[in-house]
Amino acid sequence: MADSGSEDIAVIGNTDLTPSESENNVKNAMVEKGTSLLKKMEISVAEAEKRTGKNAVNMQETYTVYLIETRPVDAASEGTNPVPDSLWRRYSEFELLRNYLLVTYPFLVVPPLPEKRAEFVWHKLSADNMDPDFVERRRVGLENFLLRVASHPDLSSDKIFYSFLTEENGWKETVFETGFQAKADSRLKALNATFRVKNPDKRFAEMKHYGDELQSVISQLLRVRARAADRLYGVYKVHGNYGRVFSEWSAIEKEMGDGLQSAGHHMDAYAASVDDILEEEEHYADQLKEYLFYADALRAVCRKHELTQYELEMAAQDLTSKKQQREELATGTIRTFSLKGVTSKLFGQETPEQREAKLKMLETQIEEGEELVKERNAECEEFVKSAWVDIERFKEQKDHDLREALISYAIMQISMCKKGIQVWNNAKECFSKM
Amino acid sequence: TEGERGECNLLAPLRTLTTSVCLPIDCPPSGERNEAIAASVDGRHPLSSLYCRKRRTSETEQAGLILPNGTPVDTSSLASSSSLLNRLQLDDDLDGETRDLFVTVEDPKKHVSTMETYITYRVCTKTTRTEFDLPEYSVRRRYQDFDWLRNKLEESQPTHLIPPLPEKFVMKGVVDRFSEEFVETRRKALDKFLKRVADHPVLSFNEHFNAFLSAKDLNKRQGLALLTKMGESVKYVTGGYKLRARPAEFAAMGDYLDLFTQKMGTIDRIAQRIIKEQSEFLMELREYGPVYSSWSSFEEDLHDPLEGVSGCMSNCSSALEELTEDMSEDFLPVLREYVLYIESMKNVLKKRDQVQAEYETKLEAVVFREDKKPPVPSDVEKCQDRVECFNADLKADWDRWENNKRQDFRQLLTGMADKNIQHYEKCLAAWESLVPLLQDKQEAEGETS
Repeated sequence: MADSGSEDIAVIGNTDLTPSESENNVKNAMVEKGTSLLKKMEISVAEAEKRTGKNAVNMQETYTVYLIETRPVDAASEGTNPVPDSLWRRYSEFELLRNYLLVTYPFLVVPPLPEKRAEFVWHKLSADNMDPDFVERRRVGLENFLLRVASHPDLSSDKIFYSFLTEENGWKETVFETGFQAKADSRLKALNATFRVKNPDKRFAEMKHYGDELQSVISQLLRVRARAADRLYGVYKVHGNYGRVFSEWSAIEKEMGDGLQSAGHHMDAYAASVDDILEEEEHYADQLKEYLFYADALRAVCRKHELTQYELEMAAQDLTSKKQQREELATGTIRTFSLKGVTSKLFGQETPEQREAKLKMLETQIEEGEELVKERNAECEEFVKSAWVDIERFKEQKDHDLREALISYAIMQISMCKKGIQVWNNAKECFSKM
Repeated sequence: TEGERGECNLLAPLRTLTTSVCLPIDCPPSGERNEAIAASVDGRHPLSSLYCRKRRTSETEQAGLILPNGTPVDTSSLASSSSLLNRLQLDDDLDGETRDLFVTVEDPKKHVSTMETYITYRVCTKTTRTEFDLPEYSVRRRYQDFDWLRNKLEESQPTHLIPPLPEKFVMKGVVDRFSEEFVETRRKALDKFLKRVADHPVLSFNEHFNAFLSAKDLNKRQGLALLTKMGESVKYVTGGYKLRARPAEFAAMGDYLDLFTQKMGTIDRIAQRIIKEQSEFLMELREYGPVYSSWSSFEEDLHDPLEGVSGCMSNCSSALEELTEDMSEDFLPVLREYVLYIESMKNVLKKRDQVQAEYETKLEAVVFREDKKPPVPSDVEKCQDRVECFNADLKADWDRWENNKRQDFRQLLTGMADKNIQHYEKCLAAWESLVPLLQDKQEAEGETS
């Protein structure tokens, strides 16, 4: 695995690539560009199981747990194949992990989780969270999430992440002990408030706009795709009726009977083939969904940057106004309108002692303010630097993955066409023997 | 003859005709037969079946004899070489029949007058038959004229199955009577109709058919005059006739037609449903493809792949549209034609029943007469002849119909399969040409990273 990057282009000109092979290409790319963790350790979400238990308000509930398996890479390559370490986690724990990562690394595009509830479903798919197909697709999505985090240059070395994979008990407590929740709450409050940045960073503004557009276009794509899938299902299934009527018709014919009967069987096969076709397409839809949610993560980074910048601007503004106040106090001139100015006009100015005390307080505040501005400035710069590196990394990943997804979609279509040609050729042969 | 002898023992004492062909050469006609032949020669007499059905000169008569089931008679020893040379011999006939009459319907044109707007078609004829004055004709006819012809054929050849015409009435507002597609579909059906008549060993010699093909102006009142002149016409007993026993093979025909009609109806409904579902899928597809295009507008590296996908979907949409159009234009009309055909066939079967019923009634009247050893009245004999000729004609036409039906449906269904194959092949080509484009870029990326 540590050799050249040939794995992600192992299928030049090969149109018989299956979608799972294509996904493997994405995974291999993850390992390739990944860092120490994924190179040392194999991670998978192997199974899903239903559990029942009492929840926080002491009510009976049913939920699904997922088995996370880890195994050192070396052991596997040695061929000894030891039993992997494993533990069970439920979806809410994955959510907790992600929230922790979001707060701790606000400048990183944190990989998204698979959707909480089934959306963009076409009629045959169940929107029920307990539906086995949904659970299976979620299992795959959760594994994908872990692999993404484990292959991220920064996130993969996080301790909380590591213990998520390895320590079943007490992990939750460990997370809360970091105190990230408080930070999360205050951030959330700040982000929800409307604020305007005076000098918005053009790059981030563009990136946020891109995130908006990406989210909008993928939503639209998924919606229309689901409708089209519904219709395609109808087209194929109605052909099954030909199967039945040809069979009935063949019963009243002499020479034409055999040809009709066999052709009918092919029509049945054609009708049945749509189930597999659409199942594969769901896979493609899941790949798109991941980037739908990634778009959100991208926007979150831009938003957090805005907040950081806003806080810097606020600190700077505050400092400026304090400095101004000092100047006014020192020179005795009042340039700006203030309550002080008015009251001093009305009630007379303060005593020199009062003024002295105030000046001193202001000086301290100004000193603190300058420290704060310096801090925030450094924070902002740091944020911009780290964020931009990660955004570049994300861009490359996105381009690679989506291209892979489109290729596998094209290959799916090719396979569907070939199957169609085959079935109709078979039917044609039967008809010609009528 | 199987059915007849068994069930109708009333017929037994009377001499019967065989339903196999009696060539004039083998069976020298009795006095009565002469009359029948003479009357049948100009194609007006109902008994225009087994014998010389065509107005011919002796040479072509011998050269062109055809059995009721359509196979040519070997008359090589009889025909004169000159007559054989005179005939236009062309192959391409599935029955091995050599054709001497070719008809096509082409060149639809719209006529606008103050009273009405209508379409005419050019009907071209090429023939060596002496029944025609010229070897070639080109006339313009409208649907009305075809309808007239069919009615005349039904009247004058009641023992035969007359091929169907495309539907007469179309719902105004639903179907555009003057659209290219509708006119072309109609033209094809009218062409098929005339060709079937032209290929029929009896119908093709009908004088109305001749007039239709050759007359400058079709005087549609011609028919009325002939009607009144008609000697023995089959009188239709309206209502309340009782059939002693329908011969099994005709009962089977009736049953078969009922079931067949059912199946045709079902297939028509399925085909329509498929077209509907495909049209709705097409609508979604037409919305789906462009989304990829709008996505490409704000991507850099992904711009070309996304545009490529959008283009592919557009190609698939066009291919699907062609498929649904073809099915609407070529598949559904043929099904409907067969349903109409069957309606008229069932009528012919009914007429046959009526003729048989008439005969049985007359026979009963004679058999239960008081007189001993009565001479068989000639009109009872005539009735029997009618029954047997009708049966022979019908059986021959039925076999012909079965054969045509088999070919027609083989062609129709194979055509349906072909259209679907072509649709998928177009889509396949589009996607296959996209994949290497996507992978090439990937290769380039891989090299630079």
